[in-house]
Amino acid sequence: MKNPTQYLISAALLCAAFLVLPARASEGPSDAKGPVVLPPTVLALPVEQAILTSPPHVPPPIKRNYSARVIVNLEVLEVVGKLADGVEYTFWTYGGSVPGSFIRIREGDVVEFHLNNHPSSKLPHNIDLHAVTGPGGGATSTFTAPGHSSQFTFQALNPGLYVYHCATAPVPMHIGNGMYGLILVEPKGGMPPIDKEYYVMQGEFYTSGRYGEEGLQSFDMGKAIDEHPAYVLFNGSVGSLVGDKAITANVGEHVRIYFGVGGPNLTSSFHVIGEIFDRVYPEAGLSLPNANVQTTLVPSGGATMVEFKVDVPGTYIMVDHSLTRAFNKGALGMLKVNGAEDRVIYSGKEIDAVYLGAQAEAGSDSAKREAELKQKILAEIRSNPAIAGLTKEMQVEKGKQVYMGLCFACHQMDGKGLPGAFPPLAGSDYMLADRDRAIRTVLKGMTGPVTVNGVTFNSAMPPQEAVLTDAQIADVLTYVYNSWGNTGDAFTRDQVKAIRNEQH
Amino acid sequence: MSTTPAFRLGALALGLLAGVELCAAGIENRESKIENSAMVLIPAGVYVPLQRTAKDPAQVAVASFRLDAQPVTNAEFLAFVTAHPKWRRSQVSRLFADSSYLENWASDLEPGPKAPLNAPVVRVSWFAARAYARAAGKRLPTTAEWELAAGAGYTGLDGRNDEALNRDLYAWLARPVPAVLADVGTAKPNFHGARGLHGLVWEWVDDFNTAMVTGESRGDSGLERDLFCGSGSIGANDTGNYAAFMRQALRSSLKGNNTTTSLGFRCAADLPTR
Repeated sequence: MKNPTQYLISAALLCAAFLVLPARASEGPSDAKGPVVLPPTVLALPVEQAILTSPPHVPPPIKRNYSARVIVNLEVLEVVGKLADGVEYTFWTYGGSVPGSFIRIREGDVVEFHLNNHPSSKLPHNIDLHAVTGPGGGATSTFTAPGHSSQFTFQALNPGLYVYHCATAPVPMHIGNGMYGLILVEPKGGMPPIDKEYYVMQGEFYTSGRYGEEGLQSFDMGKAIDEHPAYVLFNGSVGSLVGDKAITANVGEHVRIYFGVGGPNLTSSFHVIGEIFDRVYPEAGLSLPNANVQTTLVPSGGATMVEFKVDVPGTYIMVDHSLTRAFNKGALGMLKVNGAEDRVIYSGKEIDAVYLGAQAEAGSDSAKREAELKQKILAEIRSNPAIAGLTKEMQVEKGKQVYMGLCFACHQMDGKGLPGAFPPLAGSDYMLADRDRAIRTVLKGMTGPVTVNGVTFNSAMPPQEAVLTDAQIADVLTYVYNSWGNTGDAFTRDQVKAIRNEQH
Repeated sequence: MSTTPAFRLGALALGLLAGVELCAAGIENRESKIENSAMVLIPAGVYVPLQRTAKDPAQVAVASFRLDAQPVTNAEFLAFVTAHPKWRRSQVSRLFADSSYLENWASDLEPGPKAPLNAPVVRVSWFAARAYARAAGKRLPTTAEWELAAGAGYTGLDGRNDEALNRDLYAWLARPVPAVLADVGTAKPNFHGARGLHGLVWEWVDDFNTAMVTGESRGDSGLERDLFCGSGSIGANDTGNYAAFMRQALRSSLKGNNTTTSLGFRCAADLPTR
């Protein structure tokens, strides 16, 4: 490190160099113009160093109500990182993370921006901040060779949330390797206070291998041109926001997510499953927040701010609601909300009961309508030989559903029962010998010893007369009599009805 | 190739500041002890510039020339700085090499563990590379020459569809610069017998500073030179060839005294005149 005296000497030498040769003031490309001569009003502003954070964290709100000269030091690093479990990728980053460091300044601030390209970088990089008014958004002033540093100054004229990204050719590759982030220019009055703030950014990755293919992946320009990414991700890796890394909030808190899309190509349909955004600042414009939004569209190279109160504890899944991206390409994150339940707002599962369908209360309007409908359908079937001819097959199909819902637990999927416990139905001499007894057994159940195919079983079968309709019993018996090698005629409702009504 | 106004300004500036030293740098010791490394013959061909303006030719004819079979190694560069003390790390002028010049070497005359003798020399400036070439009785290749030579595949003159070459090249692009570079011998020779044009280090070319230049307008907004979004795609003839784009981007980010951890060089020479 240099001591102050050395700095003074260096500064003096530097000044001397400027006097002689202003064009050689820097070691960057030859268009460096030298430091801007700031007017006294700007020079008088207090100077502060910007706090930079990596995702999902956001720097603290700006408390001051005056402009400042803010110094931003952003480092470009090319690093190998995890794209998914077992999948590595060489990310090009601003500050070592994807997305890059979050920058927070205030409208009117004069920003002295330093872009430092690490000596280990293979490539030159620059930065285009959408918050900058001027050619290239800073890109023309920050083109920086590996192991070099560029400086430029801009004034934040427009408040809002802005994407920044690398704009060095080939631009889609630089962005596709992770070179994007967000810069928030707070309005002069500040952002409205809120309990929790988070930073999430979507971008897609065009890897040489398909999704999940292990090893170090390369960028695939062909896939990028075709816009066929293998990965669409929040915060640069599969699982960056799940499990222990989920963002969190407590019941009753208001949450703001600064959400951006780096792209390079895809637009996001940003959605939080189980939440409604109380406020969305469309396209990150500050003037007219929308209320009560389910899904908001965020363009590539654009951003939004969403705010919502969390009322109910649990895990909320953040997705790009273009859903194969969420469930097949990784665009999925989690917000975990802790706190007491409010069962009026959301009860949770109250009852889990067997549902057999078509059980409307007898005599009710809906039961009447259903009966009318059934008559119509029956008439239709009878008048249509093509359909009528399918009756047995239809019964077998419907009966199979009854069997799989009710009977298979004891008699098993293959109808062979369980030795020593439940008798078989497949090839059952006892069952096939007497069709009426089969109907009676389903309706009334059976208790005590029974010999099937020479083996005696002693267990209980519950009665189903209160559970199954005549039609369902006819269907399930038709299925059983026509499965696993059994053959027999279809059972009819009338046959079941007759047994149900028989006198003992 | 005519020098652009800005380059002339740069040279003028150097002249003003460096005075005598510039002249000294221009006259090298003709009794250099550097052994000329093996060279390969690159047959005459046509180079299609990646980017050009309406005034530039669509194709550049390149005469047959000789090119070093491999990048200059640390051992070779050690011989050079031994014979030419003013190019040693502790003695070089900042005008000709920035502060990270040969920074990976242990000392002035000892490359050390981070710079194996047979690995390509990196962290050398364009000025140093030129001085080396001159001392070896050679010169740096032009962009057109370098790209023509590098355009060959492993097995044929046209490497664009050489899958093995492209796979190696893009795999290299996907990896960060290793702390210690591999020996030049590890690179597979291409059709011309030249090793390491792809997949080892970037390499200086003599006219690196013409990359992205629009002709006479170096003094304009600088968009073209800086290769940012818009200008990076306007006027490009083959946007799919992103490796070439990256080389152009790197060249246009550099100044003559710059050095980087992955930038070396090799020399070229004209064919003997009969």
